[in-house]
Amino acid sequence: MKFTLNWLKDHLDTDADLQKVVDTLTMIGLEVEGVEDRTKGLESFVVAEVLEADKHPDADKLKVCTVSNGSETFQVVCGAPNARKGMKAVFATEGTYIPGLDVTLKKAKIRGVESSGMMLSEREMNLSDEHDGIVDLPADAEVGAQAIKVMGIDDPVIEIAITPNRGDCLGVRGVARDLAAAGIGTLRALNSDKAGGSFESPIKVHLDFDEATKDACPYFVGRYVRGVKNCESPQWLKDRLLAIGLRPISALVDITNLVTFDLGRPLHVFDVARLTGDIHVRLAKDGEKILALDGKEYELDSEMTVIADEKEAEAIAGVMGGEISGCTDDTTDVFIESAYFDPIRTAITGRKLNLQSDARFRFERGVDPVFTYDGAEIATHLVMELCGGEPSEIVVAGAAPDIRNKLTLRAGRVEQITGVKVPADEIVRILEVVGCEVVRNGNDFDVLTPSWRPDIVAGLEGEAGLVEEVVRLYGYAHIPATPLERETDLPVQALTPIQKNRSTARRMLAQRGLIESVTYSFLPMEQAKMFGGGADAVCLVNPISTDLNVMRPSILPNLIVACGKNDDHDNPNACLFEVGPEYHGDGPKDQRTVATGVRSGKTGDRNWAQQPRNVDAFDAKADALAVLESIGAPTGNLQVFTDDIPAWYHPGRAGSLRLGPKNILAWFGEIHPGILKQLGVKGPIVGFEIYLENLPKAKPKKTTKPLLKIAQFHTVERDFAFVIGKDVTAEQVVRAAKGADKTLITKVGVFDLFEGASLGEDKKSIAINVTLQPTERTLKDDEIEAIAQKVIGKVVGATGGELRG
Amino acid sequence: MDNVETLRSEILDAVAGSSDLKALEDIRIAELGKKGRVSGLMKTLGKMEPEERKAAGQALNVLKSEIASAIDGRKGALEIEALNAQLINERIDVSLPVRPEDQGRIHPISQTIDEVVAIFGEMGFTVAEGPDIEEDWYNFSALNIPPEHPARQEHDTFYLPNEKEGHRMVLRTHTSPVQIRTMQNQKPPIRIIVPGRTYRCDYDATHSPMFHQVEGLVIDKKTHMGHLKGCLIDFCRAFFDMDDLPVKFRPSYFPFTEPSAEVDIGCTREGGEFKIGHGDDWLEILGSGMVNPQVLVNCGIDPEEYQGFAFGMGIERIAMLKYGIPDLRTFFESDLRWLRHYGFQSLQTPSMVGGLD
Repeated sequence: MKFTLNWLKDHLDTDADLQKVVDTLTMIGLEVEGVEDRTKGLESFVVAEVLEADKHPDADKLKVCTVSNGSETFQVVCGAPNARKGMKAVFATEGTYIPGLDVTLKKAKIRGVESSGMMLSEREMNLSDEHDGIVDLPADAEVGAQAIKVMGIDDPVIEIAITPNRGDCLGVRGVARDLAAAGIGTLRALNSDKAGGSFESPIKVHLDFDEATKDACPYFVGRYVRGVKNCESPQWLKDRLLAIGLRPISALVDITNLVTFDLGRPLHVFDVARLTGDIHVRLAKDGEKILALDGKEYELDSEMTVIADEKEAEAIAGVMGGEISGCTDDTTDVFIESAYFDPIRTAITGRKLNLQSDARFRFERGVDPVFTYDGAEIATHLVMELCGGEPSEIVVAGAAPDIRNKLTLRAGRVEQITGVKVPADEIVRILEVVGCEVVRNGNDFDVLTPSWRPDIVAGLEGEAGLVEEVVRLYGYAHIPATPLERETDLPVQALTPIQKNRSTARRMLAQRGLIESVTYSFLPMEQAKMFGGGADAVCLVNPISTDLNVMRPSILPNLIVACGKNDDHDNPNACLFEVGPEYHGDGPKDQRTVATGVRSGKTGDRNWAQQPRNVDAFDAKADALAVLESIGAPTGNLQVFTDDIPAWYHPGRAGSLRLGPKNILAWFGEIHPGILKQLGVKGPIVGFEIYLENLPKAKPKKTTKPLLKIAQFHTVERDFAFVIGKDVTAEQVVRAAKGADKTLITKVGVFDLFEGASLGEDKKSIAINVTLQPTERTLKDDEIEAIAQKVIGKVVGATGGELRG
Repeated sequence: MDNVETLRSEILDAVAGSSDLKALEDIRIAELGKKGRVSGLMKTLGKMEPEERKAAGQALNVLKSEIASAIDGRKGALEIEALNAQLINERIDVSLPVRPEDQGRIHPISQTIDEVVAIFGEMGFTVAEGPDIEEDWYNFSALNIPPEHPARQEHDTFYLPNEKEGHRMVLRTHTSPVQIRTMQNQKPPIRIIVPGRTYRCDYDATHSPMFHQVEGLVIDKKTHMGHLKGCLIDFCRAFFDMDDLPVKFRPSYFPFTEPSAEVDIGCTREGGEFKIGHGDDWLEILGSGMVNPQVLVNCGIDPEEYQGFAFGMGIERIAMLKYGIPDLRTFFESDLRWLRHYGFQSLQTPSMVGGLD
């Protein structure tokens, strides 16, 4: 919302300067987004009179002018077609800076004739793109006066942001009213005298709605004006519109824009010659079409309101007028429309048609229904003043809906909600200037809200609205900053166990050398499908692009693609992780938090001490185990499963870590080369996905740990090698060995693995190291031997292999 | 026994002159060995008179132990020499780089959330969460933003295809729906913060389709707007580590709070350089207000009994301001150069007692 300081002062009687106005606006919630001082750099330009304008001796299009600034005369060579003897122009002397040209004027010779100074166009003044000629000032402009004053641009433009609740401030008058309530001036009276009317309007207005839809347009005020002459608007009106960025069109159109921005009252003016019969305000027919003023055709439906004549729709109510019945230079008779349209219906219509307009913007935020009548009168006066004509009697259909609310602001409520004690008299003053009717009722205040403030609703919410009005206009600076004391002496734990686990997982992975990334929750459909996702329920209806149209079923694709991109930027071997959501449906429980990571390429840069190797599944497994260990998972009980490997892992180089056969805590392994190829990323890449939420719930808090028993006796180690089938897993061997004596055997390590033709095609050799920890006494040789035999027996029994000779 | 003295000096000279352990051992054998000279002399004692034997024996024992200790001493010295020589040989170039170890990093968004949690945690807030895919009732209607409300249109909402009981599924446009979920499930007093992902259908230099917010909610019987002010001033000053950071509250509008306020912090842009702190300018960093009574009613809380405040701010925004990160979009690009530069060390866990950064 834009306006100039002088425009504001038409409504607000104040001696506040620009700074005071700007500061106050922001502090009452009308946030100033900018102040444009259009005079900057133009201060030195003066009004000059062209005393003589003769043809240039050597150039057809140039003139040699004698120009007076009141005290001196200058010879100026000028190329403007409108430069002529007797005109008043904007003059810049040599040495001044011309903003539109970005040059400082110097004395020059133009085609052999000396030229000193310059007469300026609007473009050269940086005011507009107008460059057809130099600025032609009014004949009565005082020679020597500052041009910016004569041109009426010494009036700063203020732009404010209007929050959706403040439809009343979408007119300058509403802004003035709020400033008055803030105590920096008084609101001037508005002249809305009745224009009378000498004849009965030949056009009647019918509100054609049934009981269920009559709210669509409950009130319509119109007036017929005959014998008007549409013309260019006067300078003051054009200046006003130009200042706020609107293009003046013709007096009849400009009047509607002025009333919209000055008073927040959208209007429409129909060319009667283009209308057939009476006006009917009705719902559109499904499929009914209208060519709107923006030159586009819109197809309407039966939820939308139109203003129609006997034949067809002539305007989309509250949104935009029709092209056919719009005013032109030839218009002689007009019908002025000032109506009240339902905010919600207007909003739906505009949204469905994807059609934004100044009218819609106001109607959907709520305009003052009572002011509908005054709006019609004010518009009539303006039409008569600028275009002449003779008004009919006013035409009124329906009545203004009463949208005011009766509220009680209870004593003490302001202080209870805001902590500020505002004196009762000040409460009354503020509410009254805002437009409320206030009656003291004991210590309470009975309030009737004004018809232009639909945002102050009924009930308790409305009371809160009144509290806001009072404190906003009294000043938020008065709210006392009060420490928020804790309910407990010491802070409570802020994180739940699951939240804490995420944080631990994050820092553990970073500690292990992975770099945390945060990637979008959405990704392209083909990637979603590669990773088991892409269900309809998680596809965005209105994605920002087709690259980001499905909620991710896994974080892996984002990280894999990131590895590829980094590789392209000469940053190979990326190790990335993300702890975040994946989406398996659109319900709250379908969202899971996963700690996902990848390692790509080699284990590091080349180095004198050790050569890097390709990353492998065990790197990913180590990361997964480290995270699970760090968040207290019973890693000793984890089992590695190699069935049901997801399609994005290498089928022979991946596995899951499970607690029991069903509860999967993590997947790890090499990413399937086919997937990498589809994603266009170089391998190898290994990855892991840790389902943090699948961890068994921590038992009720117990801080004590089991008593530590340190054994007094030396450990004994024995090595064994077995030849087993290739498909037997190391875990089976280790488990079997451990099972030989659950008390004495404390550790089983795998220290060698061998496959070779000597063993046979489908065989491999695995060597384990078994540690015994005696607890009662030193073990005797035969006891050790007995356990060794048991180990051999268990392993052979479990695997069908044999001790390697 | 005059020859003992001669012998002593002869042998000690030999020991001192021995150049390696082998020569020293040869001396030991030649003198103290079974067939050695000193041992030979010891054998002569038996033929002596008792008086003479006593004196000679004493002298020989002294000689023997003197030689033994000279040999030990020389041995130690030779060993040290030998070790020194060996160590000199073992010299390595310690200027060589160490074996590579990867340096991990924590993303600025995580770090900033941890900082925010550390500060509000100290004020008695706990962390609550909700789903990213929401019903529009939680995201809008329950927050007093009915359909067709202009505020709803301003949210640039991402929609999903399904409806649940007439409610459209959306990607939450703010963390505020978690206010509703919390109030529905928890009796006041309530004091929560809600960090999380949020989504708006908008992408340009200052907008990302996904970003993070942190929401705050306090509901009890006594918390008023002064507490809101106190709480947020304390937060801003702690977060930006500036005891006297100017903080300003301006009226604004959010459908779910009434009265509402936007919060600005002081800054300066003098000489083209942006700095937070005292200056002639203000920068908006968060929105807040007293919870609208209608929102309490929507959640089954009696607004005549309970009241409180809510606030919300952008995580990336405050991270950008605090850490001087210029571009919002770079947060989500997974560029290693960016992550290494703006990321944080794994052990740099923020806390109020240990320091925020």
